[in-house]
Amino acid sequence: MTLWFVFALMTVAAILAVLLPLGRSGRAQNQGSEVAVYKDQLTEIERDLAAGLIAAPEAEAARVEISRRLLAAADSEPAAAPKSSLKWRRAAAVLALVGLPLVTIGVYMPLGSPRLEDFPLAQRARGSGSGMTLENLVVQVEQHLEKNPTDGRGWNVLAPVLQRLGRFDEAVRAYRNSLTYNGESAERRSDLGEAVSAAAGGVVTAEAKIEFERARAINADDPKANYFLGLAAEQDGHKDEAANIWRALLAKAPADAPWRPLVQSSLARVGGGGTVPALSDETIAASKDMNEGDRNAMVRGMVERLATRLKQNGDDVEGWLRLVRAYLVMGDRDKAVGASADARQAVASDAARLRQLNEGLKTLGLDG
Amino acid sequence: MIAETGHYALVLALGLALIQSIVPLIGARLRDDALMNVARSTALAQLLFVGASFIALVTLHVVSDFSVANVYENSHSMKPLLYKITGVWGNHEGSMLLWVSILALFGGLVAALGNNLPLSLRAHVLAVQAWIASAFYLFILVTSNPFLRIANPPIEGRDLNPVLQDIGLAVHPPMLYLGYVGFSISFSFAIAALMEGRIDAAWARWVRPWTLVAWIFLTLGIAMGSYWAYYELGWGGWWFWDPVENASLMPWLAGTALLHSALVMEKRNALKVWTILLSILTFSLSLLGTFLVRSGVITSVHAFATDPTRGVFILLILCLFIGGSLSLFAGRAGSLKQGGLFAPISREGALVLNNLLLTVACAVVLFGTLYPLAMELLADFKMSVGAPFYNLTFAPLFTLLLLAVPFGPMLAWKRGDLLGVTQRLLAAGVAGLVVIAIVWAWTRGGSALAPLAIGLGVFVIAGAMTDLAERTGLFRLPFATTLHRARGLPRSAWGSVFAHAGLGVALIGIVCETTWNSEYIATMKQNDVAHVAGYDVKLDGLFQRQGPNFREMIAEFNVSHEGETLSVMTPSKRSFTTRGSSTTEAALLTRGASQLYISLGDATAEGAIAVRIYHKPLVLLIWWGPVLMAFGGMLSLSDRRLRVGAPKPARAKQRLQPAE
Repeated sequence: MTLWFVFALMTVAAILAVLLPLGRSGRAQNQGSEVAVYKDQLTEIERDLAAGLIAAPEAEAARVEISRRLLAAADSEPAAAPKSSLKWRRAAAVLALVGLPLVTIGVYMPLGSPRLEDFPLAQRARGSGSGMTLENLVVQVEQHLEKNPTDGRGWNVLAPVLQRLGRFDEAVRAYRNSLTYNGESAERRSDLGEAVSAAAGGVVTAEAKIEFERARAINADDPKANYFLGLAAEQDGHKDEAANIWRALLAKAPADAPWRPLVQSSLARVGGGGTVPALSDETIAASKDMNEGDRNAMVRGMVERLATRLKQNGDDVEGWLRLVRAYLVMGDRDKAVGASADARQAVASDAARLRQLNEGLKTLGLDG
Repeated sequence: MIAETGHYALVLALGLALIQSIVPLIGARLRDDALMNVARSTALAQLLFVGASFIALVTLHVVSDFSVANVYENSHSMKPLLYKITGVWGNHEGSMLLWVSILALFGGLVAALGNNLPLSLRAHVLAVQAWIASAFYLFILVTSNPFLRIANPPIEGRDLNPVLQDIGLAVHPPMLYLGYVGFSISFSFAIAALMEGRIDAAWARWVRPWTLVAWIFLTLGIAMGSYWAYYELGWGGWWFWDPVENASLMPWLAGTALLHSALVMEKRNALKVWTILLSILTFSLSLLGTFLVRSGVITSVHAFATDPTRGVFILLILCLFIGGSLSLFAGRAGSLKQGGLFAPISREGALVLNNLLLTVACAVVLFGTLYPLAMELLADFKMSVGAPFYNLTFAPLFTLLLLAVPFGPMLAWKRGDLLGVTQRLLAAGVAGLVVIAIVWAWTRGGSALAPLAIGLGVFVIAGAMTDLAERTGLFRLPFATTLHRARGLPRSAWGSVFAHAGLGVALIGIVCETTWNSEYIATMKQNDVAHVAGYDVKLDGLFQRQGPNFREMIAEFNVSHEGETLSVMTPSKRSFTTRGSSTTEAALLTRGASQLYISLGDATAEGAIAVRIYHKPLVLLIWWGPVLMAFGGMLSLSDRRLRVGAPKPARAKQRLQPAE
């Protein structure tokens, strides 16, 4: 309510600014005129002459010139006395009283948010507790780490959260810091590799591969590193190598390892003839029992659904890359090119996503 | 409540501006004092409301209210207070609010100080100001509103671009805007004169202080921007012929021409139509600059955000004002009365030459700025027009201009005596030649043109001094008389001496810096020593430090000259986590007017670091020159006296030329 009261006061002040001069009339105004300027110029000549700055003949010439201007100005000075037009003054007053509030309300209402309170930081710090979303917690941990950048435990906590929030680039940095301040470990290395490849749109890049190899150098049986190295081999087109890595991984794995089905389905993918596009692993698992024709039909259905979904919501860079990859695997290069063009258009407004997309497309061999 | 009050104040300012654009004009038509006076009170009220709006935005930034989108996008709770304030105009929306605040400030000043103006002229001027203001209020409210809110405010902001977190941001943009926007006043005066159909020497008298103020601020603003780029970007360059720099240089060139042609108009009632045209062109170039920078047509540090709707909106404003004013000019210019006559060799003639050279130089810069843009747009072909183009075109024009500068103030009004002036300038010319010879003998090497250019700079300075000596009768008259005369000399005369000398000073700085600049680029390890221009620079070590919102790596260098330790220089690299970017902070050691400049590159894994060390002889003269010019402008501004151009009476019959 106070807000509207303040608005009203301000509006009244603005209206008064228009009405005040309208009310005052008849009084003679002291206003400047050209004649005054030329008269001043004439006295100026006398002063310069007295100071010896100009010689007498020059002063005389200048005097003649200015007098000529003075006469001309006096002639053209408005002869008619100032008039007062009551009708127009009333119109102006109405404009101020009605038009001004209408315009301001008309412009302000669609733009402003009069119901929103101020949220200065100090006030919010006091009243915190309710607004503790995950994002805000992350910000607080980040602030803490800003001041104590060597707190390894903090980075350890932050990194997986960032990864889950999809902030892969920051997750990469957090994992790197965690490695720096907590020391080497196979798990951290492979987590870093995973973040790097997530940032690259699911592609195990050379950079990610180095991390997985380092992880395996520390612990040859690290499951994550082995899984991703297999994936890297698959993405490079070395299906046999991928299958070997995964088979070895499964052989050593405990029977109740949670990642077992994932590796199994991956293995099935590379062992299964290779016509199947790299869709989500569950799909592949479901399609295992079908015959060739059914499987292809189902895959096409999945691809179509993915395409429709992306048409409605084009923000998902990974989705686009998956779609393009699927088209490529199905041997439909034209559609792949078309989809990558659509993808570029869909994410064009977001530079980070566009970069991610372009890098992904490059690794798929669809450059430019 | 602060955010919404600020927002509402801005909307009220728009409403007032709309009234101010119509009512006073009706008043002037009907010759009704009360209606004309509405312009004055609304202009003052507008200033009040826009000021309130601006203060509201500053407050929001200071208290880190992230429920305001503009604050969230450009601030950070841990930013030092100074940058929280300067960050207000370190972004597109806020800088546009500063733009209109300054526009309202100038409007308010005309309203408050314009008692010496005829009422109808003031009404017209303020109405035209209100047109400009209305257009820009609408632009801000519709496309770049700084008061838009976020319903669920995030807890931390995205921080200001680290390059802008510098004291330079506190000075450069406000100064530049005072310059750009200041020229709107001479534009409004020109349009008012065209609408009233009357223009004369008195008009020039009234416009003079406004043009001078704008010119002073623009000069300082450009110089400050150049110095900022010099120490912040880390390359030791101070002018890049970047389109954004050109955008500020063009109004400066046109404004300088305007300053000189208005002088002729005030003193001799000549060059009237041309002065009006220059007023229009100067502000048009300011608007063009705003368009180039704000529309995202060109990408640079200055283009904060690129949004096509903004570009289209500014383009509309641009077309409306430039097209409208030029059409008005074309329609009305013919009916304006012609002014005084003068011979080609005269003070007026010299000022015409000055105008000619300045406008051609301005056209060259305009061409160099727009041609690559047009090529990119029409032929889809990226190119850049850089220093070589300007060296071939801009430099010769300015050389001619500088050669002529000492002659101008010494020629008499109406008809002058070139031979006599040449004789009196002989001493200055000899000084220039002697300096050329000395520099030639002393340096050996470098460009052959450099000594000549330095000689030219000395000639300009000595010429300004000669003018002063002539006026006061130094060496001719007894010293007491000279002193008396010097005291009686109008301050504007002193002003022109300083401004012209500043030109020479800047030229000498530019030539020395570009010709004898020595650089050393290498990767240095601890205790490595670099030898640059007689200085020994030893890397003592690298340190890490935590700043308020950044971490920085500092390199400590020990600088000695001929075995004597001078100082410790600490350039650094700052990395800002919020934006994930870094800046280089160059370290500067000033010795006289020369500077030693160290800036850091990337560190290698072995603890070594890439270092760029420059020695820049007399580099500071480049900025002292403009400061001198601005000082001259201020002297001239403080001169409240009227100006009279006393013409030499005709001795023999000479053929006179019409003014235009």
